[in-house]
Amino acid sequence: MRKSFLAENPSVLWFIAVLAVFTVVVTLLSEVTGVGLISTSFVKTLGKTLCLCLVAIAMDVVWGYCGILSLGHFAFFGIGGYAIGMWLMYARTEGIVIESLAGQPIPPTSAEVSDAIGNQIFGVVGSSEFPWIWAFADNLFLQLLMVVLVPGLLALVFGWLAFRSRVTGVYLSILTQAMTLALALYLFQNDSGLRGNNGLSGLQNIPGFENTSQAVISVIFFIASALALAAGYIFFAWIVSGKMGSVVKGIRDNEARVRFLGYHVESYKLFIFTATAVVAGIAGALYYPQAGIINPGEIAPIASIYLAVWVAIGGRGRLYGAVIGAAFVSLLSSWFTGGGAPDINLGFYVVQWTDWWLVLLGLSFVAVTLFFPKGIGGLFDLLVRKQS
Amino acid sequence: MLRMLSLALMLCLMVPTTAAAQTLQDILQTHQDEVLKPGRRSVGVVLDDLVASGLPQALPFLEAWRDREIVQLGSDGLFYRAAEDGDAITLTDLDTGEVFTQVDDADLTETRPNGGVRRAIGDALVQFQLSDPDIAKRRTAVDAIARTMDASQRAPLIGSIDGETDPVLKEIKTRLAGMLGALFAETADARIVAINDLSGDLSVDVRGVLNTILATDAQVAATVPDGANVAQVLVVGTDLTPTEAYARLVVAELAPPLVTKSQIRDALVTNINGDEVGGIPVASLDTDAGRALAYDMLAGEGIAPPRVNETAQADAIAAHTFYLQYAEPNPAITDAARTALTDIETKVAMSQAVDLGLDALSLASIYFLAAIGLAITFGVMGVINMAHGEFIMMGAYTGFVVQQFVPDYTLSIIIALPLAFAITFGAGVTMERLVIRHLYHRPLETLLATFGISIALQQLAKNIFGTQARPLTSPEWLDGALVFNDVIAISYIRIAIFVLALIFLTLILFVLKRTRLGLEVRAVTQNPGMAASMGINPDRINMLTFGLGSGIAGIAGVAIGLYAKVTSEMGADYIVQSFMTVVVGGVGNVWGTLAGASLIGFLQKGIEWLNPSNTLAAQTYMILFIILFIQFRPKGIVALKGRAAAD
Amino acid sequence: MSMLLEVSGVTVTFDGFRAINNLSINFAKSELRAIIGPNGAGKTTFMDIVTGKTKPDEGTVIWGDRNVSLLGMSESQIAREGIGRKFQKPTVFEAQTVRQNLAMALKTPRGPFAVLMHKKTKPNAERIEAVADQIGLLDSLTRVAGELSHGQKQWLEIGMLLAQEPRLMLVDEPAAGMTPEEREKTTDILKEAAKTRAVVVVEHDMEFVRRLDCKVTVLHEGAVLAEGSLDHVTSNQTVIDVYLGRAHA
Repeated sequence: MRKSFLAENPSVLWFIAVLAVFTVVVTLLSEVTGVGLISTSFVKTLGKTLCLCLVAIAMDVVWGYCGILSLGHFAFFGIGGYAIGMWLMYARTEGIVIESLAGQPIPPTSAEVSDAIGNQIFGVVGSSEFPWIWAFADNLFLQLLMVVLVPGLLALVFGWLAFRSRVTGVYLSILTQAMTLALALYLFQNDSGLRGNNGLSGLQNIPGFENTSQAVISVIFFIASALALAAGYIFFAWIVSGKMGSVVKGIRDNEARVRFLGYHVESYKLFIFTATAVVAGIAGALYYPQAGIINPGEIAPIASIYLAVWVAIGGRGRLYGAVIGAAFVSLLSSWFTGGGAPDINLGFYVVQWTDWWLVLLGLSFVAVTLFFPKGIGGLFDLLVRKQS
Repeated sequence: MLRMLSLALMLCLMVPTTAAAQTLQDILQTHQDEVLKPGRRSVGVVLDDLVASGLPQALPFLEAWRDREIVQLGSDGLFYRAAEDGDAITLTDLDTGEVFTQVDDADLTETRPNGGVRRAIGDALVQFQLSDPDIAKRRTAVDAIARTMDASQRAPLIGSIDGETDPVLKEIKTRLAGMLGALFAETADARIVAINDLSGDLSVDVRGVLNTILATDAQVAATVPDGANVAQVLVVGTDLTPTEAYARLVVAELAPPLVTKSQIRDALVTNINGDEVGGIPVASLDTDAGRALAYDMLAGEGIAPPRVNETAQADAIAAHTFYLQYAEPNPAITDAARTALTDIETKVAMSQAVDLGLDALSLASIYFLAAIGLAITFGVMGVINMAHGEFIMMGAYTGFVVQQFVPDYTLSIIIALPLAFAITFGAGVTMERLVIRHLYHRPLETLLATFGISIALQQLAKNIFGTQARPLTSPEWLDGALVFNDVIAISYIRIAIFVLALIFLTLILFVLKRTRLGLEVRAVTQNPGMAASMGINPDRINMLTFGLGSGIAGIAGVAIGLYAKVTSEMGADYIVQSFMTVVVGGVGNVWGTLAGASLIGFLQKGIEWLNPSNTLAAQTYMILFIILFIQFRPKGIVALKGRAAAD
Repeated sequence: MSMLLEVSGVTVTFDGFRAINNLSINFAKSELRAIIGPNGAGKTTFMDIVTGKTKPDEGTVIWGDRNVSLLGMSESQIAREGIGRKFQKPTVFEAQTVRQNLAMALKTPRGPFAVLMHKKTKPNAERIEAVADQIGLLDSLTRVAGELSHGQKQWLEIGMLLAQEPRLMLVDEPAAGMTPEEREKTTDILKEAAKTRAVVVVEHDMEFVRRLDCKVTVLHEGAVLAEGSLDHVTSNQTVIDVYLGRAHA
């Protein structure tokens, strides 16, 4: 079955091959092998970009294939980041606390340890008690489960409510945006239990790997991100090909018709919405240890809209389009805003890209929507058509 | 009391000329003995004469006298004000202020007013200030009394009321005297009368006075003593936790203190013996149980005080009564105060409800103004304009720029309103022509394209105006607030926004229902195909509608800018709420938007009232409510019915 | 003989307008029926009610041997019960191939996980090809549906109905926009289908109805005006007044 699926979808093989070559080349050129052509911070940037590509293909499936313009998938991404961040922060603080308490004349009790950890983590929001949502933070396995379960359950409940009452189109988009805003506002509170606008930090320090250099860790996460992207790509390619893909695209093009064919459209939407939310959560869980910090600002509705922008620019309705869009726009964005792009001196005014990049992005996005609705991926069609 | 009154009488009859020839020294010399060795009785004569003299230097003299700085010089028998300056003593002439140094302190006799005398002097001082010809000084004195609320100030305050010429200040003095009466009147009956008089007053300081009377102490005793004015007997478990109860017993020295965890720890650490404590290996001290065991061993050896076990704690708690006792011993007074306070609090609650309603109304007006433009474009054209918030921002910045050129705030607002409309109308029409026209029937693409415009406009504003907030100053006549009582107040700006919202509601209803344009707009909304076949140009209608919606956003921007800050991100703050308003209200209906704005405004204020410390949480809960609301009314409050709505 | 579908006393009101007024109509297990009526007679609303798109204010809709009510069911449940519908405007999935369109309609388990795990099988492929052959699109199986001609799209939609294997087919104006030859073929397909199931055709075109050669129901103002053979109803004076009279005027 798998064989026939890959045979029918040669583009998946192509994608995996390109990704594999890219991963090997970056690993070889990194500081780990001693070549050092690619700095550790750039390896991290590339690793983060791969995670963004993963959440972008999830967005493509839910929007490009199923027609649900979700403005909430970056929230699921953030939730994944928070879930893993809780363990990272807890485990690392625990290590530090135990080390500092080891010098005491009598061994500490577990309550003393937990108080000290609580003080370290929540002192910044004027608290030292562990909120209930940290109940599993000491257990990596359970917290990894949270990476999958929390976005999944949230998507399931929200999707069930929304699809059940047949909220569609722009209404649904606004509703997802509202959900995202509510989540961000909630996390901004100090008593949300997740350190308010301080967010979780120090996530680049992986407990148990204190003696491993960041160069090695960055490459490990880069490869893990590449593997996750490959797995996600195959998973979604499998979903959107075959009969499931037919039904899902049918829902996008004419929901009522699919319903009259006897398909329970709401279940399909719910499945796609939830599955993509879970993948978004996983992508976030890989992203934030590379970014080192997560705060509620990351979850703000604007982030989810950017996600839609990437997919639209890359070309929706094709998975590699989403990857291209996410990689292209996010790398370009960090190049422009990071001061990499040279300023343009007009004589009377100096265009500084840190200021003008967003204007350019906004306008080019309008242009893409108007003139290239198929995005960058559409160029591939033109090439293929020319050859044949 | 009587003397004070007569004093007050004299004060108001004071005629400066009668005493013009006198100096302060003359008066003091007349009463040499009384000044030098004042008694509580004898001092009155001096004070009466001083007050009667009306001399301005009497005030500093009284202060100095009270502070024991007045001396008599043996050589001339005159009184001076003395100050130590190292070894030397400087003397100041009381009338002329002339200063000279006196080395020989043996020649000086200090005046030593005792406590009672000093109090009498202090009262006279207050009296002086309260009756000062300068109203500013009188106000300061009254404010000082209001701050300290001291019993001694009551008599002079009452004494000064009759002589008060300023009606406002007189009113304030009377009120203050009432409050002081409630606290300090001589008899219980007088206090109760004063307390009852307070019950109509909603102000914070009156509530403060009543709360002071009702102040309680937490007490604990085996049984409640007779005659104690008990406010409440506390039940352990409901009113206070057993831990708190026991802690009170410890404070009252009715029970031995508990041994805290840190004390256990410290005792264990100091008694480590090799790798054991009390015979327990140190390694096993990593649990509370292990530590307790080792500590008990220490306690058994008498090295540490024994722990109080749970049963002993429970027994100690059970053997005592915990209660709140009024500091005021007279139950009649506390009862009166409680009744008055309950009465006031009921009135305050009602006023607060009204105030909350007014707040919610003005918030609803703002949401209405922000959302109505969006509702028009969404309803008529089915277009989601994500750049709507940026049109609001453009309007606000238009107001800011106009104020840079027109310094008169009233005039600048009058110019800014139509100008903001014109600019955003133009921007809207341009956007419709260049972008939205090409995306009809692709609502999700429109959403994204307008989002692109939104980020470009936002960044553009940031590049032009910078990131810091710009002020949009309202004209002076909009400053201040309409005050109904101590609780209900609404600022004029909010009233103005409310009026503006009303005007727009009327205007839009008029345009839609009474004009040709409105007829065509409604036709296009209901059935674009049919409208087109009847000679209505949907293209033109769409363009005008979009312009109109954007123009109103511009005006809303000026209004919002007047009471909130103008930043490049202000649009983003309103866009989600505006969408919510439209969606909750129901698309394509002005009344729907009004209903949506009202619901959201009142809801937000209501939630903020329930949880006042946390506006973020309020917004979170509001959005959650809206998400649930959409479940039950997906088409909004005012839903279009029939086949047109089903598609 | 018990009825396949019994609609009785159904009334639907839109904003005070009675689109369906106390309508009662029955269909046998295998019959071909034509429903005619002027615009606004309630033909499409009737289909909406049977397929679950519109909920009536009053009345009952009883289905099948088990005599279950269709009123509480969702569209997809009703479709799974065996009622297929073809829309007035051809609505095929234009971005997908003819084979994919038919495969989606094919009577197989409809749950998401069954669909996700769905494997292509030879019997299914044969069923798809049989239907494609019946509607004359066997050569076009790999073509994208959007490229088909208008008539072919109509057929594809009828083919999708057939692939669903419904017990009741509701067909809204199947002949619209077709050439005379295409109409003839459509008639054949429908007649053939009606041998094993109930087929209800809503049609304006009298010639097409005559060629179907079946029982005709005339709807007017949301209620049944007359029922019988085409000749019978066309000779009915009331029908002539409200419908034919006006149509020929």
